[in-house]
Amino acid sequence: MKYSYFPGCSLKGLGRAYEESLLPVMQHLGVELVELDDWNCCGATAYMSVDETKAAVLAARNLAIAEKAGPHDLMAPCSACYLVLNKTKHNIADFPEINAAVQRALGNANLTYSGNVPVRHPLDVLVHDVGLDAIKEKVVRPLKGLKVAPYYGCQTVRPYATFDDAWNPTTMDRLLATVGAEVVHFPLKTKCCGGSLTGTVPEAGLRLTYILLKEAVRRGADVIATACPLCQFNLDAYQDQINRRWGPARIATVYFTQLMGLAFGLSPKQLGLKRNFVPMKPLPAEPATV
Amino acid sequence: MNTNHRNGEVRIGFYICHCGHNIAGMVDCPAVAHYIAKLPGVVVSRDYKYMCSDPGQELIQQDIREHQLNRVVVASCSPLLHEHTFRNAVAAGGLNPFYFQMVNIREHDSWVCTDRGEATAKAKSLSHAAVCRVRFHRALETTRVPIHPDVLVVGGGIAGIHAALTLGNAGKKVYLVERDPSIGGHMAQFDKTFPTLDCAACILTPKMSAVRAHENITLWSYSEVVKVSGYVGNYTVTVKRKPRYVNEELCVGCLECIQACIYKEGKFPDEFNVGLSKRKPIYIPFPQAVPPVVVIDPERCLQVRTGKCKKTCLEACADRKAIDFTQKEELVEIKVGNIIVATGFKLFDAKRIPQYGYGLYPNVVTAIELERLVNSSGPTAGEIVLRDGRPPKSVGMILCVGSRDMKTNRWCSRTCCMHSMKLAQLVREHTDADVTVFYMDIRAPGKGCEEFYDKSLKEGIQFVRGRVAEVTDWALAPEEEGKLVIRVEDTLAGFVRRIPVDMIVLATGMEPQADAQEVRRLFNMSCGTEGWFLEKHPKLAPVSTFTDGVFIAGCCQGPKDIPDSIAQSGAAAAEAMALIDKGYIEQEPNTAYIVEADCSGCKSCIPLCPYTAISFDDAKQKAQINEALCKGCGTCVAACPSASIRQNLFEDEEIFSEIEGVLAYV
Repeated sequence: MKYSYFPGCSLKGLGRAYEESLLPVMQHLGVELVELDDWNCCGATAYMSVDETKAAVLAARNLAIAEKAGPHDLMAPCSACYLVLNKTKHNIADFPEINAAVQRALGNANLTYSGNVPVRHPLDVLVHDVGLDAIKEKVVRPLKGLKVAPYYGCQTVRPYATFDDAWNPTTMDRLLATVGAEVVHFPLKTKCCGGSLTGTVPEAGLRLTYILLKEAVRRGADVIATACPLCQFNLDAYQDQINRRWGPARIATVYFTQLMGLAFGLSPKQLGLKRNFVPMKPLPAEPATV
Repeated sequence: MNTNHRNGEVRIGFYICHCGHNIAGMVDCPAVAHYIAKLPGVVVSRDYKYMCSDPGQELIQQDIREHQLNRVVVASCSPLLHEHTFRNAVAAGGLNPFYFQMVNIREHDSWVCTDRGEATAKAKSLSHAAVCRVRFHRALETTRVPIHPDVLVVGGGIAGIHAALTLGNAGKKVYLVERDPSIGGHMAQFDKTFPTLDCAACILTPKMSAVRAHENITLWSYSEVVKVSGYVGNYTVTVKRKPRYVNEELCVGCLECIQACIYKEGKFPDEFNVGLSKRKPIYIPFPQAVPPVVVIDPERCLQVRTGKCKKTCLEACADRKAIDFTQKEELVEIKVGNIIVATGFKLFDAKRIPQYGYGLYPNVVTAIELERLVNSSGPTAGEIVLRDGRPPKSVGMILCVGSRDMKTNRWCSRTCCMHSMKLAQLVREHTDADVTVFYMDIRAPGKGCEEFYDKSLKEGIQFVRGRVAEVTDWALAPEEEGKLVIRVEDTLAGFVRRIPVDMIVLATGMEPQADAQEVRRLFNMSCGTEGWFLEKHPKLAPVSTFTDGVFIAGCCQGPKDIPDSIAQSGAAAAEAMALIDKGYIEQEPNTAYIVEADCSGCKSCIPLCPYTAISFDDAKQKAQINEALCKGCGTCVAACPSASIRQNLFEDEEIFSEIEGVLAYV
């Protein structure tokens, strides 16, 4: 099983714990990830809203490189990258004028893009390509007793719900249950975390983050699992401010790949778990060292 | 009547109708008449303001007499509208009615053309074709086929019940076939009916009992139609009678067997209470069930499943010996002349809209569930309570769940506004709860319905206009803790609201039955794109189908309330009676026939016939066509490799000369 891999800037910076856990987990499962050569920023949602055509050109360069790299699906773990690359594919296919601009720009860089690179999310790959049975086989340390609130964020399944339900996605729920965790009922799983509003309009953004934290605590979760670097940052980094403003709501937020890694017996350090502001508590009933 | 003029002199009369301005506004009618007058064989060519009027018809008859016409062509509207009128006029003039040809220059020409010159040219061309073809027409006779006087009614909901009773009361023998163990349908589950708030059971159960007692009605519950063959007036229907393991004649409905069942408590979801209560493997669907006899669920009963049970039910039944585990599925064949299909609807599955939380939050219920809760013979004996037994302090009702929704069903289910307002009033009556109705538009067009809406407003029921975004259980404010929160854009107030309530009622819409497609094929009906059975004409033939002798009534044709279902089933019964009392069916002679000398017996026509009208005569080694079954579709005519199948009114020379006529003007 081989995929082209587009880390995006988050996984090399603020969200490096995502990459630190994703790569060993995938390796453990026999999934080969080949990082794109000379990839560039996906443009994120910010550039899309400034100039859609130029944003498409920027993102399409990555698609063109992936197409050149070989006939593999492109994995984009960051949900913003995943959304932007998929949106670019749609825009190129649906709007001839955008396609023309993209082809002209790519041509100047001696690149082409024919539209045939599927952009995949790790949740999709893990559940539908690797399969829950194969994942279960690798579990050496089931996360028994760990209550997890699965949090997908807004961009993973919306608006392009290709691999899961847009309202009630379940791939992460099933994945976490497979590695032994107890998944709590978390109807806010696709609610907005505040996004960049936490920085620009904190009274609006942080309130959204607070609701997520508070509800996860109220539902008895030990930890929130996420698939998005920005969600992870928002939920993890502002808890002091939030607690001061609205009251206590303290809970760790980790990447779902980190929890998988723990179940596979990888060390917390190796999985980047030390990078959290709000640290995850040790797994319940940690077995005595043999 | 005149004889065949095929070899004699052909004398044609041509008439073009102005249809007021409908045709004359776009077609130069005198010019067409002038053009046709010059064609060979045309003796008379006239234009007239309204050919279908009495003077117009009289004109034809007079010309037939005065000018010895033996062919008539009328260029006017669609044959669907007036072909019969003119054929009758021709017959009244003394000619065989099939020496007539009609040209449609209204729907096919004046109504769709925008250029007067072109429209007139088209009228000339089409009229020329008809004049060419009519000379080859032959005298034909309509045939009469007797009608079997019995009627099959499929579906024992309120529509089927009413149709059966209407026919039975008129002295017609009726078979009423119902799939479930009891008749009554959805209406039996309702507590009260809008807008009068009269008790549903009180008005329904007497009709149910009347069905069972009626000397003219044969009631087969727990049965399904599996095969239909034949044609209007002469249908052969096979009905599968499922084994209920209880002899209907012997069971007196004492229910002692249910008491005695080795299952001490109900264990399986009770269908009648939509799963809100449990029943045993041996049960009666509801107290007023008709027939009032028990039924054994073969998938649950230990004896039926494994053969290993103490059979305490048998002991309880004792000498009556009504329980019979040897019962087998039975196929019964009946003959009927007409069929009324009243197979009803199914409710939208609220789980298909996950954001409303049905199946996720226990206190999100459907309207039919609340209906059972409020009913005194329901699972809570009429108490409206939350799942934990507390009475709700506030109830939210969400309308258009699975209706008027691009993502699920686009149609309006028509009853949910009124149904919800009725439930809202019942909630107010039974509890102290505040009720808020979330709606897009209140649709209350029925008699007394707008007044009912007014009453709901006056009684303090709150109405919030807006499509609910989601139902959730996460709280933002202290008053939301422990409640279900409805998030909705209030489109009258102009902002997004969060409204906490204890109970949410989803007004799920109506959908075609899951097996509507199979039923449609069984009775040779059509469906609209949504899956509702299609009426022959949305205004003028609302209970007929495209298959003669098959009628539809009630919600299988589309969502409707009880009064409308009753009206339709009465109409369907009347349509069936009109055919029965006439005693025969007149068959159009446009049927196919076989020129036996040319038939090679290849049988290629037989499987092609959609009406199974063609069979094979083994003795003669020739195909043969049952004229009574043939609908004149022409499939076999086109397919016959030896051209030995021909069709009345569509003979080769008629069609070829028609083509020549069309091309002649171009």
